[in-house]
Amino acid sequence: MTLLDVRNLGVAVPAARDWRTLVDGVDLAIGSGEAVGLVGESGSGKSMTARTLLGLTPPGARVTGDIVFDGDSVTGMSRRELRALRARRVAMVFQDPRAHINPVRSVGDFLTEALIAHLGHTPTEAQARATRLLADVGIPDGARRLRQYPHELSGGLLQRVMIAAVLAAEPELVLADEPTTALDVTTQSEVMAILDELRRERGMAMLLITHDLALAAATCDRLSVMYAGRIVETQESTALTATPRHPYTSGLMLSRPSIDTVVDRLPVIPGRPVAAYESGDGCAFEPRCAHAEAHCRDRRPAVQDLAGARVACVRAGELTLQGDTA
Amino acid sequence: MTATDALKARRTLRLPRTAPALRRLGPLGVVAAALLAAVTLTTLLAPVLAPYDPDRPDLFNALAGASPEHLLGGDALGRDVLSRLMWGARTTLSGPLLIIFLSTTIGTTLAITAAWAGGKVDAVVSRLLDVLFAVPGIVFALVAVAVLGPGVPGVVLGLTIAYTPYVARVVRSAALRERQLPYIAAAWVQGRSAVGICVRHLLPNLRPLIIAQSVSALGFAVIDLAAISFLGLGVQPPTADWGLMVKSGLDSATRGQPLEALGAGLLIALVVAAVNVLGDRIGRQEGELR
Repeated sequence: MTLLDVRNLGVAVPAARDWRTLVDGVDLAIGSGEAVGLVGESGSGKSMTARTLLGLTPPGARVTGDIVFDGDSVTGMSRRELRALRARRVAMVFQDPRAHINPVRSVGDFLTEALIAHLGHTPTEAQARATRLLADVGIPDGARRLRQYPHELSGGLLQRVMIAAVLAAEPELVLADEPTTALDVTTQSEVMAILDELRRERGMAMLLITHDLALAAATCDRLSVMYAGRIVETQESTALTATPRHPYTSGLMLSRPSIDTVVDRLPVIPGRPVAAYESGDGCAFEPRCAHAEAHCRDRRPAVQDLAGARVACVRAGELTLQGDTA
Repeated sequence: MTATDALKARRTLRLPRTAPALRRLGPLGVVAAALLAAVTLTTLLAPVLAPYDPDRPDLFNALAGASPEHLLGGDALGRDVLSRLMWGARTTLSGPLLIIFLSTTIGTTLAITAAWAGGKVDAVVSRLLDVLFAVPGIVFALVAVAVLGPGVPGVVLGLTIAYTPYVARVVRSAALRERQLPYIAAAWVQGRSAVGICVRHLLPNLRPLIIAQSVSALGFAVIDLAAISFLGLGVQPPTADWGLMVKSGLDSATRGQPLEALGAGLLIALVVAAVNVLGDRIGRQEGELR
């Protein structure tokens, strides 16, 4: 059953004279309980896509296309409906927990606020529930932590607190916007494992936004790769790692270091990533693509179905691309 | 003794919580706080401490100088000056406190509403505050007195309106900055209501600034109220009030009893100085926190 269905989503912000496209023609579907990864470089529009789903767009932004959550159009929702959706059904884990938790209020205040405001708990109930939630995310001395302030907790602990706050509302969909990027490498996998395990236990769907392809492939059922505000490829995780269909996906995988092979220099994708509004009429990846031909510049490649994959590349059918070597 | 033992020992010997707060105020700040505490305590305990009834005339004491019975002598009606100074702090300080409390409440509400709503609401509120800012507080007080008649209520009303922009302007710009921060967006996508976010998140984070701003405004309010009472439009005789005593004391001074005007004037100056020092220190701490 499709929980979230995004069709032809576009986000543009006003620039000096015209509109700057940040996200363009994004199609995304997430079934209930399913984990979908959205992978891309910085500025590819992946965070903007997630934020738009909850109506967290920059001031003056123009949103086009359709966002349908459980049969209801999010774009057409009133403020009240949108609030209810945010409070109970869709939750977001942010990249930098330190910036996204009010520094002057205690962890307990942060966790119990939603329980009291949205679930009608009494303060005592909420306190007990918050302690249990902290135990769920692997923080044993919850009662003490509730009295502490964000600056007294490490980034990893704070991100667990944020995950606990998300779990509190028992949403159907979790939007995880680079939940481990701001964390220490050693805590990254821990936090990700906790998030994924708890999500599976409770049957929540997840949209994981990350630039870590390996992490996304390990966690998610399906992956979408974004470049310059568009989704260039969508496949099942295992299929995508084995047989990438878009030259960009293949390039991303090849430019990752592997523990098994020794190389002097990692292969790189030449050039720099472009934003959606910088790309020309043709394929946005064309200037950097090793497989580009003249007709790639003609027009935006349409998304085509190819052996279970959805690829936006005119040459996808003729190319055999290298996947993850490991 | 190992290092952990030393640490434990230090922890058990930790100073009481208030000590660091006092240390942050600095020596001058502590003196200012002590002075304000002494004045407040004295006036609260005036019924016990004051040697005489502040309103009882005693013709034998009229315009008398300092004596063992009347330490600061008597005023034109022979009322004990020391007793009147002790009682007088009540109106002199409670009026400004009320003014600041009201204007801070109104100003903060306006500021946060404007900052949160933005757009037209913000534009209207900001222009209104600009207009209020352009008019001196005394003028508002005079207009209010003209409408409501001389006395404390009119002056409090006028000065409350006059002091609202003091707090509102600063709080608004801080709230604008604060609401851009990610934690507000995070609360927003958690489905919190706008009012809930403003009250539970914005307000606590702005509190140090609001306190610093209103304490410095308190100093001005003391002077303004005293000045209006001096002009005869604020506190009305025979109530003991420092501003009023400066006025009546001027008369007595020409007739050889300067202690009434001097005492009241000196106390006003000291209290205002102390409030300003305190406001400055609190403001500086706020600056350090940022």
